[in-house]
Amino acid sequence: MPRFRIIKRQERLGWRSCFIFLAAILLSLLFSGVMLALRGTPPLEGILILFKGAFGSRWAIEDSLIKAIPIFLCSLGVAMAFRLQIWNIGAEGQFALGAIGATWMALSFPELPQLVLLPLMVGMACVAGGCWGLIPAILRQRLGTNEIIVTLMMNYIAILLLDYLVYGVWKDPTSFGFPMTAEFVPQAIVGKIGSSGVNWGILHCLLLGILFWVFVTFTRTGFELRASGDSVRAARYAGIPYSGLVVLVMVISGALAGWAGFLEASATINRLQPSIMVGYGYTAIVVAWLARLHPLNIAVTSLLLAGLRVGVENLQLDLQVPAAFGGILEGLILMTVLAGGFFVHYRIVSVRQP
Amino acid sequence: MTLEMIIPLLAAAIVAGTPILYATLGEILTEKSGVLNLGVEGIMIVGSLTGFLVAYSSGSPWLAFAAAGLAGGITASLHGLVCLIFQGNQVVSGLALTILGTGFANYFGTSYVGLSAPGFQPYPIPWLADLPILGPILFQHDPLVYLTYLIPPCMWLFLNNSRYGLGIRAVGEYPEAATAAGLSVAVHRWWGIMGGGFLMGLGGAYLSLAYTHLWTNNLTAGRGWIAVALVIFAFWRPGRAVFGAYLFGGIMALQMRLQASGTQLPSSLLLMLPYGLTVVVLVLSSLGRGRTGEPAALGVNIEPAD
Repeated sequence: MPRFRIIKRQERLGWRSCFIFLAAILLSLLFSGVMLALRGTPPLEGILILFKGAFGSRWAIEDSLIKAIPIFLCSLGVAMAFRLQIWNIGAEGQFALGAIGATWMALSFPELPQLVLLPLMVGMACVAGGCWGLIPAILRQRLGTNEIIVTLMMNYIAILLLDYLVYGVWKDPTSFGFPMTAEFVPQAIVGKIGSSGVNWGILHCLLLGILFWVFVTFTRTGFELRASGDSVRAARYAGIPYSGLVVLVMVISGALAGWAGFLEASATINRLQPSIMVGYGYTAIVVAWLARLHPLNIAVTSLLLAGLRVGVENLQLDLQVPAAFGGILEGLILMTVLAGGFFVHYRIVSVRQP
Repeated sequence: MTLEMIIPLLAAAIVAGTPILYATLGEILTEKSGVLNLGVEGIMIVGSLTGFLVAYSSGSPWLAFAAAGLAGGITASLHGLVCLIFQGNQVVSGLALTILGTGFANYFGTSYVGLSAPGFQPYPIPWLADLPILGPILFQHDPLVYLTYLIPPCMWLFLNNSRYGLGIRAVGEYPEAATAAGLSVAVHRWWGIMGGGFLMGLGGAYLSLAYTHLWTNNLTAGRGWIAVALVIFAFWRPGRAVFGAYLFGGIMALQMRLQASGTQLPSSLLLMLPYGLTVVVLVLSSLGRGRTGEPAALGVNIEPAD
């Protein structure tokens, strides 16, 4: 009778591990298809519409790119924290704070020229988002408070703070009671590239991505970061200031998410309103993990998951599939890929009983 | 504040704290076995929906309650599958489960939003309900609240005196030693995960069957995460969890009362209270006696033996 044993792989799988990744994605699509069928949606047609909606037309690709911008920026920060084994689940709140900070500047100084106002908005967004990352970092390093729960609770608080502002002091008196600020003045808006629908935020992503790569690869701090990411204990013995790194990384992480919030308010929505919070901060966690915390992978994966979001919107329009289907997709993909990671390190062989 | 105001507030605190208490006890059981399950929020909301749907179609709240527990156990077993069999990272798997569970419940619940289902009604316990002060606070609730008076002592007995409970603690503290003593780490952890998931599912069902009696999207509203925080606050002890859950229940009840009284404070600021309190409570517990009671092997996977 054949029995199965688990054996640790001796050699690294290298590029072949992408087959495991693909198999995991296919499996999650299969399960998602079952979910569609359970609610009476034809699964094959559904999946097809999902992908066509995501990448099937120029408009779809543009929309995917627009949604990939905030996901990419949040994910870059999240991945950096995860590297240090800091579980920053707070990108959603840091994103909200960034949008709030940027809006504050846009509403306070509408008469400034664009060249002054936009940097001011970026700066305030980064400071606000960075502060939202700094608090859990300090609590963690000083008192050992669990950063997972603190960052998560600060998400709820940030979203309620945003609600408070747009329902109250910042509400546009001419909005017929809708909770939103007045539309930003033209100087406060990051414009679109030429005749396309994509805004200049994509260039911000490119520059920040390169800057991030240079920082991690060529600076001393970047080296310490990578070393600590590989082994926290070894880094401590080597005299690397781990505590300081944690705080720094959380601030940068928050600032990046804040920048994403600025772009979303300024370039995509042109004002602040509650619907700005669609869960990019959580998708960023999924992206960071799927991309194995690697900046270039993060760019590609952000685009893919942004595409899924656009695809789900299409499913909603064409087949009346609830928007929550996106959550099922993301959750399933993350779980199957996580489980698939097992086969990167182990293999299962059947052995015959003597 | 007079006694006439405090008593209803405390009674409301117990009701509002009950779903959190179920979930916190579930997470304590799971974490005692050495598994960190951050999917509480997702498991709870799947329990809420299952409870609601079963009550809606069968009309039997008790059947719905049991079904919600089972659904919670099954959902939690996904976490077991990923972490125990496939050696996935426990933090990431839990987060994925929360995303998945929330998506699942909102997806299948979307056509039921606003509908109501038969649930549990208050059942004053004869004689006890007539006690002065204690009666109205403790004994004029629905049966699911009374159940939570029994679970913590039972759980304490189970974890401290039963063979199986001690086994669960052993694999959570020192899996290698437990293995050497002939205990199966995987089996005990499975029971920790499934049993914990069962309780989390019950907590979710309390929301739809006894608290609101109707289905809305995002019914759990972060209660699962509060439960994760309360486990730390409770130093992994069922008795302290009761205290913590009612503290949060109290804040939620107070916030609702303030809102209903037409205060000048904006509702979004009031709604922040429980989340802010969670941070405060966590900071206080890390200031206190350190993290006594935390299972030593919490969050650590056991590599399969060659």
